[in-house]
Parts: sequence; structure tokens; C-alpha cells
Amino acid sequence: MSKLILERLKAQFGDDILEVSSFRGDDVAVVKPSRWLDVARFVHDDPRCDCTYFADLSAIDNCDPRTDELDMDDRFEVYVIAYSVAKKHRVRIKTRLSGDEPRIASVIPVWSGANWMEREVFDMFGVHFEGHPDERRILTYDEFKGHPLRKDYPANRTQPLVEYRDGTFNKLGPFLQDEGMPLNRTVIPDERQ
Amino acid sequence: MADVTHLETRTLGGGESGFATTKFEALLGWARKYSLFQYPFATACCGMEFFSTASPRYDIARFGAEAPRFSPRQSDVLWVVGTISQRQAPVLRRVYEQMTEPKWVIAFGTCASCGGFYDNYATVPGIDKVIPVDVMIPGCPPRPEAVLDGLMLLQDKIGRGDRTPETLKNTALPDGAEEALEKLYQIRMKP
Ligand code: SF4
Repeated sequence: MSKLILERLKAQFGDDILEVSSFRGDDVAVVKPSRWLDVARFVHDDPRCDCTYFADLSAIDNCDPRTDELDMDDRFEVYVIAYSVAKKHRVRIKTRLSGDEPRIASVIPVWSGANWMEREVFDMFGVHFEGHPDERRILTYDEFKGHPLRKDYPANRTQPLVEYRDGTFNKLGPFLQDEGMPLNRTVIPDERQ
Repeated sequence: MADVTHLETRTLGGGESGFATTKFEALLGWARKYSLFQYPFATACCGMEFFSTASPRYDIARFGAEAPRFSPRQSDVLWVVGTISQRQAPVLRRVYEQMTEPKWVIAFGTCASCGGFYDNYATVPGIDKVIPVDVMIPGCPPRPEAVLDGLMLLQDKIGRGDRTPETLKNTALPDGAEEALEKLYQIRMKP
């Protein structure tokens, strides 16, 4: 892949592009959160980039709750993947947000397909998208507290909508090895270590 | 009438014109177990296996359970086929509540039985947390044979009037079957 988009971005935005990298055809640019929308608009509108196809928008939580502060500066990485059908090239634009009230501009004005993706990122990570017309949860339900893909969300916390019946099994047996999996809902220590 | 003999049923007289005595409950159970109208609540990958079970090759009609009813009000058995998420749980309970008595529930597959490998915020760890279950069929997905086993277990329970939840156990292989399977496997794996 040509690094054309990265070069165009660097020429256009200079120091606001914090990092660029390219690995086996995957071009990545890390940008300042304040220029997020401008960069998105540029790769969409610029005739040589021409990334009119919106492929994906998601986020990554980079904090380890055992060692890091939850409000660390670069906790959330939000990325968008844009593709040009005509020019057959693709770029991934990333930005890093603080763990304390993460906020970023919505890219819906550029790609309207981003609507549900941003809702998903809001639902799973609690990142707010400024200018989003309808920022509601999309996968979980309104009663849900917290954001399940944040690293500090306890892995075993469930929030049932229906009260569980009394006297139900905690664990079912006897499912056997040849039925596919041991099926006890406990953590089995990894003996390979 | 061979089926109902263990339910204190006696046939008197012989040949074409004999008659039978039985208990009302036993007769009712016998009638019910061979006319199960099913409501398939198929939510995930197990659904594929359910279609396969319901199709002519495995022929669920042999058990009197071929008629699907897509209205809970007309059905007797609720097949919960696949993963039930926390968000779906109210829907499932509502469907169950709309069914008229008598009604039975089969948990089809590991996910419906205990949540399977989805051990997380999104999945109900077994539908028995939400509605009463009669038969749980393990497997991811269960083979159609296992499903038919589960259906027969349910029929048996209906006949007996037994409402305790039960898990389908896999039966021990008969003597020599394991070696035969091993041989078959070796033949198959030959290039
Ligand atoms: S038990 Fe397996 S096949 Fe069935 S729904 Fe769950 S994951 Fe899918």
C-alpha cells in the first residue's frame, strides 16, 4: 500500500499528527483529539485520499486496573477505519483520550454510518461523542450500570433484568468431556505455565 | 396400548375386541405426550441443529411433535434454542407466561442450559434462572440424536407426570462399540 494518505495528513496537519506507522499495508495515524473531526473530514473530502467508505469505529481500553490510574491520560484509544473504494486504499486514524470523562467529536457529519458504531462505543466504553444526535445504549439495556468493556468492570458482574428464580442450579452437571467442554462455570487454572 | 402398561393399565380380553382399564391421569399423560405442539424460540447457532432435527431426515414427526406453532398460546412445548441474553430474558419469560397449561420447556444446548462458555455480563447463565425447565439437553450444539433423546425423556416425564428438571445424560456405549468406533475413525483418517 502506498503511504500516500499518511503523507497527505502530515503535510496538512503537521504536528497535530502525533505518530504514523505502517505495517503490512496497514497505515495508522495517531492524531490529537482536538483535530479528530478535521482529520476525518480531510481523508473523506480530499480527492487524493477519497476515503468515502466508513469501515469501522471502535475503541480500546489500555488501562490495567491493577497498576494504572483509572483516569490516566491516554486510557482510551478510539479509532476509525476508512477505505477508498475507488483508490483501493485504507487508513486507520486513532486518537487517545483520558480516562476521566472521555469525550470526542462525533464523525457523523462526515460518515453518517458512524451513528450506531459511536453508540456502541458509548455503551461499551462510556466515551461520549459530542454532536451525536442520539447517544443511547445500543447493545445493553437502559437499566445497565457502567460500561462492560472497560477494564475496571468486574468480569463476573451481571445485571439481570428479570429477577432470578429461587432454587435454581448454580452449576449444571453432568456434562462430560465428549460433549464439547467441561462446562463448569469456574476458572480452571492454566497448567501450561 | 403397550406404552401405558406401567401406568397400572390393564387390558382385558383378547384379540380385536378387548378393552382396557386405566387411570384418567395416565390416559391423559399418554395422550399429551404424543401430541406436543412446539414453539421454537431459536436465538442462536443451535437453531441450525434444531432445523435439522425437525427436517425429514431425523423426522421429529415420529414422536408426534412435528407441528410448530408460532404463537405461544397454541403450543405445549417451549424449545429454548440458543443463547439467551439478559436483554432477552424478559421476552422469554413473557412468551412462557403466555403459554397455556399444561406447558413444558426444553433447554436446547449448553447455552440455554447453563450459559455455555458465555460467562459474562450479557448472557443468562441458564434459562432455569428465568423460567422452569423440564429437560436440559447438553451439547454445543447437541446432535439431533441427542435432541430426540431429550424429547423422548420429556415424553417419558409427561407420561409419569414428573415435573422435576432433568438433564439428559449420555448413555454408556454398549460393549465393543468403542473399539468399533476407533476402527472406523482409523479407516476414515487414512489418506
Ligand atoms: S450451545 Fe453452542 S451451538 Fe448452541 S447456541 Fe450456544 S454456542 Fe451456539
